[in-house]
Amino acid sequence: MANAQPLLSVRGVSKAFLGVSALENVDFTLKAGEVHALLGENGAGKSTLIKIITGAYRRDEGEVLLEGTPIFPRDVVDAQKLGIGTVYQEVNLLTNLTVAENLFLGREPKRFGLTDVREMNRRSRAILDTYGLNIDVTAPLANFSVAIQQVVAIARAVDISGKVLVLDEPTASLDAHEVEMLFAVVRQLRERGMGIIFISHFLDQVYDIADTITVLRNGRLIDTVPVAGLDRLKLVSMMLGRQLEADVKRTIDPNTAKAEPLVSLRGLGKRGNIDPLDLDIRQGEVVGIAGLLGSGRTETAQLVFGIERADSGTISVAGTPVNMSSPRKAISHGFAFCPEDRKTDGIVGDLSVRENIIFALQAQRGWMRPLSRSEQEALADRYIAALDIRTSDREKPIKFLSGGNQQKVLLARWLATNPRFLILDEPTRGIDVGAHAEIIRLIIDLCERGMALLVISSELGELVGYSSRIIVLRDRKMVSELTGDEISTEHIMKAIASHGATGEAA
Amino acid sequence: MAVPTIVRERTPQIIVLAVILALNAIISPGFFSIEIQNDRLYGSLIDVLNRGAPVTLLAIGMTLVIATKGIDLSVGAVMAIVGAVAASLITSGYSLPATLAGALFVGLACGLWNGALVALLDIQPIIATLILMVAGRGIAQLITEGVILTFNDKPELIFVGSGSFLSLPMPVIIWIFVAILAILVVRRSALGLLIEAIGVNRRASTLSGVNSRVILLAVYAVSGLCAATAGVIAAADIKGADANNAGLWLEMDAILAVVIGGTSLLGGRFSLVGSLMGAMIIQSLNTGILLAGFPPEFNLIIKAAIILIILIVQSPASQAAMANFRASRQTVAIKTESREHAAR
Repeated sequence: MANAQPLLSVRGVSKAFLGVSALENVDFTLKAGEVHALLGENGAGKSTLIKIITGAYRRDEGEVLLEGTPIFPRDVVDAQKLGIGTVYQEVNLLTNLTVAENLFLGREPKRFGLTDVREMNRRSRAILDTYGLNIDVTAPLANFSVAIQQVVAIARAVDISGKVLVLDEPTASLDAHEVEMLFAVVRQLRERGMGIIFISHFLDQVYDIADTITVLRNGRLIDTVPVAGLDRLKLVSMMLGRQLEADVKRTIDPNTAKAEPLVSLRGLGKRGNIDPLDLDIRQGEVVGIAGLLGSGRTETAQLVFGIERADSGTISVAGTPVNMSSPRKAISHGFAFCPEDRKTDGIVGDLSVRENIIFALQAQRGWMRPLSRSEQEALADRYIAALDIRTSDREKPIKFLSGGNQQKVLLARWLATNPRFLILDEPTRGIDVGAHAEIIRLIIDLCERGMALLVISSELGELVGYSSRIIVLRDRKMVSELTGDEISTEHIMKAIASHGATGEAA
Repeated sequence: MAVPTIVRERTPQIIVLAVILALNAIISPGFFSIEIQNDRLYGSLIDVLNRGAPVTLLAIGMTLVIATKGIDLSVGAVMAIVGAVAASLITSGYSLPATLAGALFVGLACGLWNGALVALLDIQPIIATLILMVAGRGIAQLITEGVILTFNDKPELIFVGSGSFLSLPMPVIIWIFVAILAILVVRRSALGLLIEAIGVNRRASTLSGVNSRVILLAVYAVSGLCAATAGVIAAADIKGADANNAGLWLEMDAILAVVIGGTSLLGGRFSLVGSLMGAMIIQSLNTGILLAGFPPEFNLIIKAAIILIILIVQSPASQAAMANFRASRQTVAIKTESREHAAR
C-alpha cells in the first residue's frame, strides 16, 4: 500500500495520569478503506488511545496526523469537525426524539430561522437509504432495536465526520443477526474508503470484520498485524502477554481430589450472564477461572456469592442445597469474596484501616454485639503484621493506602471472619510487584491449611502456578475444565482461542 | 495540650456558638442571668434550650439519616401528623400513656414508610421523603378535620410542653434524654460504624454482609420517632394541634443543624454532638433576632445571612484558602528572614 499516505497516523503518543503512565510511545496507523481492530485486556490503553484520537484527552507526547496534517483536537466536537466520529456501546442518542431529529441534532436544516422538518426528514431518508435502512424517520428512536439505533448513530457520525469512524464495542449488546446487519453497514463504509477503528472483546467478530489488528498491553504497543493468516493462539498470547514458557506449578496432594466437595454448583446459571455450569470445589483446593474479559468470570463469582440471583441450578454447601439469596446468606455459610473492583465494591474509603479490617466480622456479629475497641485494635494489629500491610497507622483512612495494601486489608477483612470458602476476583490486579508475590504466597498458604478457594485471574502464569484445577470460560460459557497435567497456559489459551460461536470445547 | 477529643473536633461549632451567645448578651444585657422561680429555672439561656427542643430532636434523627447518604424532608410534616394524633387521642378521652404511645407509634409508622421507599424500593431519599412532606399536612388536616384541635383542659399532656422536672423545662429534659440515649446506642453498639459504612459505600457494605436494608429502615424509623417526640412537644406547647403550622420549615432547620454540626451531606462520618450544637446555634440565632427587636420580616433574612456566613467559613474552599494563607505567610516569613540573613 505504498500508493497513499495513511488516513490517520499516531506516532509516539504517550499519556500519563497523575504520574501513572497509561500509554507509552504508541504508534497506530489507519489506512483508508480499512477496518482496524484495536485489542487488549482491561488497562491495556485502548480507551486512552481512542480518547486521544477523538479529542477527549490531550496527549502528553507524540503526534496525531490526519491525512498527513498534524491535528490537535480540543474536544470531541472539534474532532468530529476534523472528520473523526465515534459510536459507543451505549448509544449516545436521545431516544425520545425522532430518528431524523437525532440525525440532525444541533445542525438542523433551517428555513426562516426555524427547523425545516420536511427537508430534515427527506435528507434523513436519503441518508438511511444508503445503508439499506428503510424506516419511519419521524418515529421516536426508542421504537427501534438497539441495532438500528446503532446504525443511526453510525449514520450520524459518518454524516458529520466522514473520514474516521471509531466503533467502541458496538456489538456488546447485539445478537448474532443484529451483528451481521451492523457488519454489513461497516463493510459498506469500508468500500466507501472510510477508515474504521473497531474495538471488541469478541475474537470471532474481529476475525470476521477486521483487516488489521493492533494489540496493546499495559499501555504499550505489542504489534500491528494483518488478520489474514493470524493464528488465534498467537493473538491470545499477544493480548495476555504469555509466552508458551515452562509453567511453574505447585505439587498437589492427590488425596484432596477424592474428598467430598465443600461447594458444588449444578447447572448454575443466569440468562445473559453465564450459561449453566457444574463445578465442585473441595477443601484444600484452589480452583482457577480463566477467560477473557466479558467471558462471564465475575458473573460466576457473583452468582456463587449471592450478589446476583441465579435463574437456574443449585448451590450445595457440604452436601446440603442452600438458597444463596444475598451476600449475607453466603457469609453465613462461611463464604468470603474479594471483588475485582476494590474501589466500588470493596473498600469503605473514609473509614480507617482498623474499621475496614473488622468490618465483615462486625457485620456478621450484628450491630448488637460490637467488638470492643481493644478487640478491634488487636485484630487490626494482628492482620497488619501478618499480611505486612504498609500503613503509618491503623487509624488512617483506607483510601490513602496503595492498591496493594488496600487489597491486603480486604483479604484481612475476610480472613478475620475465618471463612471456609474464599472467592478472589483478580486479587493481583493493579498492585505492586512485592504485594503481588505476597498475595500469591497467601493463596497457597490458605489452601494448604484446608481452605477452599476460587480464584479468577487474567494472569495465566499465576493461575497455573497455584490452581489445583482450572475452568476456562468463553462467551459466557464454560468451555473446558483442566486438571492435572492439562493445567498449563498453553491449554488455557487454546481453550480461549478455540473456534466457534457454536461453543464446542477445545 | 490535653484537650478532650470532642472539644478539639467541634472547635468551629464551639466558637460560633460562643460568638452568637456573646452577641446576644450585647443586645440583651440580662441574657446570661438565670433565676429560680417556683422551683424552676428561668432565663434566656434556658429559653434557648427549651425553644430549641423540636429542632434538636429532629436533628438527632436527621443526623443518622444523613450519615447513610440520605435525607428526611418529611420530619416537619410528621410533627404535624403526630401533633394531630396526640390531640385527637387525648380529646377523645385516652390516658396520657395511651396518647403518647399512639403518637410515637404513628411517628414510627411514618419513618418506616420513608424507610421502605428508600431501602426496599431504592427510591432516592429526597424524593421518597418529599412524598410524605407534601402529603403529611393533608393527613394532619384530615385528622383534625380542618380545625386547630385544642386541649386546654388536659393538663397532663400540656405538662409535656410546659411542665418542669428537676428545675428544667420538660422539653429540655426530653431532648437531653433522647440525645444521651441515641449517642449511647449508636456509639456503644456497632450501629454507628455500620451507618457510616453504608453512607460511604453502600454496595461494599452489602457485599461485606451488612444488612443495609434493615439499617436504612431503622434510621428512617428513628427519624420518624424523633419527629413524633418533637411533634408532641410542639402540640403540648401551644395546647393544640395546628396542622398547617406545626413543624413548618423545621426540616430545613434540622438539616442546617446537622450541616453546621459538621456532618457531610455526602454521608459517612457523623457527629450527634455536633448536630446538637448546630441546633443550639440556630436557636440562639432565633432568640437573638427576637431579642434585638428587628421587625419579624427581617428574621428569616438575617438568619439566612448568618448561616451563609457560617457555611462559607466551613466550606472546603475557604478552608483551603485559609491553609494557603497560613502557608504563604510562613513562606513570606521565611523569605524575609533569609533576605535579612543575606543583607547581613
